Amino acid sequence: MTTKLFGEPVRRREDARLITGQGRYLDDLGAGALAAAFVRSPHAHARILDIDVSAALDVEGLVAIYTWEDLPGALAEPLPLLIPHPALTHGRTAYPLAREIVRHVGEPVVMVVARDRYLAEDACALIRVDYEILKPVVGIEEAVRGVHLVHEDVPGNVGAHLVQEVPGPGGLTAREAIEAAPHTLEFRLDVERSACTPLEGKGVYARWDADDGSLRVYSSTQTSTSVRMAIAAKLGLPLPKVEVIAPDVGGGFGVKIVHPWPEEILVPWAARLLNREVKWTEDRREHFVSSSHERGQVQHVRVGFDDDGRVLGLEVEILHDHGAYTPYGIIVPIITSTQLLGPYKVGAYRVEFSSIYTNTVQVTPYRGAGRPQGVFCMERTMDRIAAHLGRDRTEVRAANFIQPDEFPYDQGMTFQDGRPLIYDSGDYPEALRMLKELIGWDSFPEIKARAAAEGRRVGIGVGCYVEGTGVGPYEGGHVQVTSDGRVHVSTGLTSQGQGHETVFAQIAATELGVPIEKVSVVTGDTRRFGYAVGTFASRAAVMSGNAIALACRKVREKALRIAAEALEADPRDLEITDGMVHVAGVPSASIPLATVAVLSNPLRYAFDEEAKRATQFAGPASDDRPPVAEGEEPGLEGRDYYSPVRSTFAAGMHAAIVETDPDTAEIRILRYAVVHDCGRLINPMIVEGQIHGGVAQGVGGALYEKMVYDEHGQLLNASFMDFLMPYATEVPRIETAHLETPSPLNPLGIKGAGEAGVIPVSAVIASAVEDAEGITIARMPISPSDLHHLRLER
Amino acid sequence: MKPPPFGYHGPATLGEALDVLAETGPGGKVLAGGQSLIPLLNMRLAAPAHIIDVNRVPGLDGIEARPSGVRVGALARHAAVERSPEAAAAQPLLRQALRLVAHPVIRNRGTVVGSLVHADPAAEMPAVLALLGGSVRLASRGGEREVPAAEFFTGPMESALRPGELAVSAFFPALPGRSGTAFHEVARRHGDYAVAGVAAAVTLDEDFRIAAARVACVSVGPVPVVVDVTAACGPRPAASADWAAVAGAVRDRIEPEGDIHATADYRRHLTGVLAARALRDAASAARGEES
Repeated sequence: MTTKLFGEPVRRREDARLITGQGRYLDDLGAGALAAAFVRSPHAHARILDIDVSAALDVEGLVAIYTWEDLPGALAEPLPLLIPHPALTHGRTAYPLAREIVRHVGEPVVMVVARDRYLAEDACALIRVDYEILKPVVGIEEAVRGVHLVHEDVPGNVGAHLVQEVPGPGGLTAREAIEAAPHTLEFRLDVERSACTPLEGKGVYARWDADDGSLRVYSSTQTSTSVRMAIAAKLGLPLPKVEVIAPDVGGGFGVKIVHPWPEEILVPWAARLLNREVKWTEDRREHFVSSSHERGQVQHVRVGFDDDGRVLGLEVEILHDHGAYTPYGIIVPIITSTQLLGPYKVGAYRVEFSSIYTNTVQVTPYRGAGRPQGVFCMERTMDRIAAHLGRDRTEVRAANFIQPDEFPYDQGMTFQDGRPLIYDSGDYPEALRMLKELIGWDSFPEIKARAAAEGRRVGIGVGCYVEGTGVGPYEGGHVQVTSDGRVHVSTGLTSQGQGHETVFAQIAATELGVPIEKVSVVTGDTRRFGYAVGTFASRAAVMSGNAIALACRKVREKALRIAAEALEADPRDLEITDGMVHVAGVPSASIPLATVAVLSNPLRYAFDEEAKRATQFAGPASDDRPPVAEGEEPGLEGRDYYSPVRSTFAAGMHAAIVETDPDTAEIRILRYAVVHDCGRLINPMIVEGQIHGGVAQGVGGALYEKMVYDEHGQLLNASFMDFLMPYATEVPRIETAHLETPSPLNPLGIKGAGEAGVIPVSAVIASAVEDAEGITIARMPISPSDLHHLRLER
Repeated sequence: MKPPPFGYHGPATLGEALDVLAETGPGGKVLAGGQSLIPLLNMRLAAPAHIIDVNRVPGLDGIEARPSGVRVGALARHAAVERSPEAAAAQPLLRQALRLVAHPVIRNRGTVVGSLVHADPAAEMPAVLALLGGSVRLASRGGEREVPAAEFFTGPMESALRPGELAVSAFFPALPGRSGTAFHEVARRHGDYAVAGVAAAVTLDEDFRIAAARVACVSVGPVPVVVDVTAACGPRPAASADWAAVAGAVRDRIEPEGDIHATADYRRHLTGVLAARALRDAASAARGEES
């Protein structure tokens, strides 16, 4: 058996547990806990005049009712603005429970705690809240008119305004470059709202230990360490007295990186106040109206280009619908405006965005985090240039590619981590060549002609993207080899189903030379690892993967040092294979890693046969040295951190073949091909799984998903019956090819893959439907009804 | 998403069920498959004071296929009817339609009669009953009555069922010889309620000319919209029928509304397309051809 597992398609170790119902999700915990439920605003914009709870007091099993008036100290303040930015001049966040004004349907107003959730909801139904209805601001266009305001003190509903400008060759501004260009185009694009909609909503379960004065909180979160700090701060508890654990989490996709959610601090607060266990499990309707949405943007594009389709200047103006609040800052529009550039050199670039408040659910990152909008913009632009010049769409893209010998390539902008937008590595011409071969781009015209002869309409589309992944500031890893030879790996970031138990174990097994069965992995548990940032931005593998590798290398070095002494060999001659440290080429001169672990920890007490070897009368210990040598620590363990100088940049290119029904206008994806480059692959099967899931969500964004608000700010499709997440039946088989251009920035040479699949799908499907239909598409998603009307307008 | 308080009744016989229904009156709601009722309860969109769970009542799950048609009991699940070869032989439209009803797990639990009583104009089974001119048998402590489809569906989610009544079975008549049926629909996703859908039945005469042709349309009115297109077809051989023109006749007879999934214009257009497809397939089936 080999222990070289890095790069192998190892089957996911967590699946047996997760797919046989052995997973422990938030609502599986705390069976005896009290239940919390919330009265939420039925109005998009209103002033609270009175809250009358008297009718609810008769509900049997009611324990407590809280409004904003009841909240003490820091709890009564607005929730944190997590990522401040100088351009976010008017950042606003909500109160945990509404104070005077509600700004979207679903905003929590009253918290009820009762014996069970049924009774808590019964009590909620009996609480009367009198509102004075205020004029709701719905939709970007209505908001920018600024006639009615979401926040009284935010003029024009503009929360943030940011311009980034990169001059072109010769110092030309984008405007000058466009004006001087042989060809120019100008158009508007629209991207709808969507949302993460993880199958498990949010949830919090808190246990207060009055004797110990400590709090344990379980949360379905993407960052347990930061939730812990937020709870400690909001409740005024010493940090060591708060533990936060992310149990199995049924998907996050970004929404669970936002924290603390109102419930994440209210539930622990109530648990402490009542000295009872309290749990809140978000239901589906709550998730739709009181968590986060994303995607909604209007983009105005001006582009100038030459006869080959080379872009000379690009100006993009983005109106970003930020919903009612900005707890996650302006990360989404920053990513849109920087990652819009993709694999291209665009000459001079000017991008300007305004973050606009509306009386709708707040906008925070959803898998892709602003990139799908940016890529939609850039790829629509490429297709329009190709159409204008009558050139092949892939040729126009190739004419604009950054070339392999141009890395590191500085795009001249500031990225979401506050660091320069410098691409570390990539090979875009090769990726496009692979994609064209995979989908059969050059032979498609014959397929299209044959289909047309049968009365069928087919079209092919393409889309390219670059994704900054593995953003800092850091993650850490801790690795401990115990005297039974087991390897215990922990890292602070959380898991939502990505396969961390597998890939982190692969890294540790490879670095330490042990069988993967000996390795166990714990994530997202502040009892095991207290320092972490979280799981988002396709960063877990890059950040924790490298940190764990570095920690393993420390452990390995120490193991070789100890083993060398025991074997009377030079550590440089030693190898570890299958959990045995041995002299290279001399398998008989060996010592098990388990024994090394025993020897690493000088003991006074023997508790088993193995431990005897480390006790004080057992060995030929040197009399003139302390049992733990200077500079050493007892135990075979290591801790290390990885903090990158900047992000790594993964890339990918997708192509699709679609068929549109000439009569019903139904759109069917016949083939979907992906070429993906995330540097060195830890586990190609898991990367493909990530791509499949991402493409599935992308298909949702391209053909199905939107948040439909009426003019009163009511979300009309707040259920899985009307918010159309694609089923397995709507997701095509996905053909994948991998390209590996290692990242020079980290020891493992890896880049992130978590978000990749979703990013270009809307652009690709728009491109393909356009090709099938010969119409122009400027808005996604597109439904059969939409296509029918586009045909009529042609 | 937890239901408000309600009284639960689990009658063991039909008599007990009818007694409870009589006692609870308008406050009583029957639970059979629960595929619509339970979500309505959980979302607190329905708050009946009493739930009468008839799942333990014996004798209600029958599927009786006779040459005259198929009688389906109140507890016969969609899946059981879909898989019954006898039912499919007596009335092929049942299986054709049931395959379009939601997803297998829903069909395993949901009941045909429950779908009729729920009377969703977007659902398939009300359209099938309406197209075939079937009926629903309603029982109460006072006796039984058989209500024809044309009188049974009274509005969106509204039927002729009165407080105190239990729909014990539905009858789907067979069609005469040289008849064929088909069901075509377009849903946003596989298994969703249809944006538009058309069930068609065509009967040919001895010379294989169209003697009768009818369609029932879903999602284009408050109840399933049945359109007799025999005249529009004319007494012509099915092979030379102008289905596009017939589709136009169907489009003229419907009053669709727009919603978040489709505009009214698209629904009208689509219903015509689907009517032409369903009629063509039904005519092929009537000639004994595979569609």
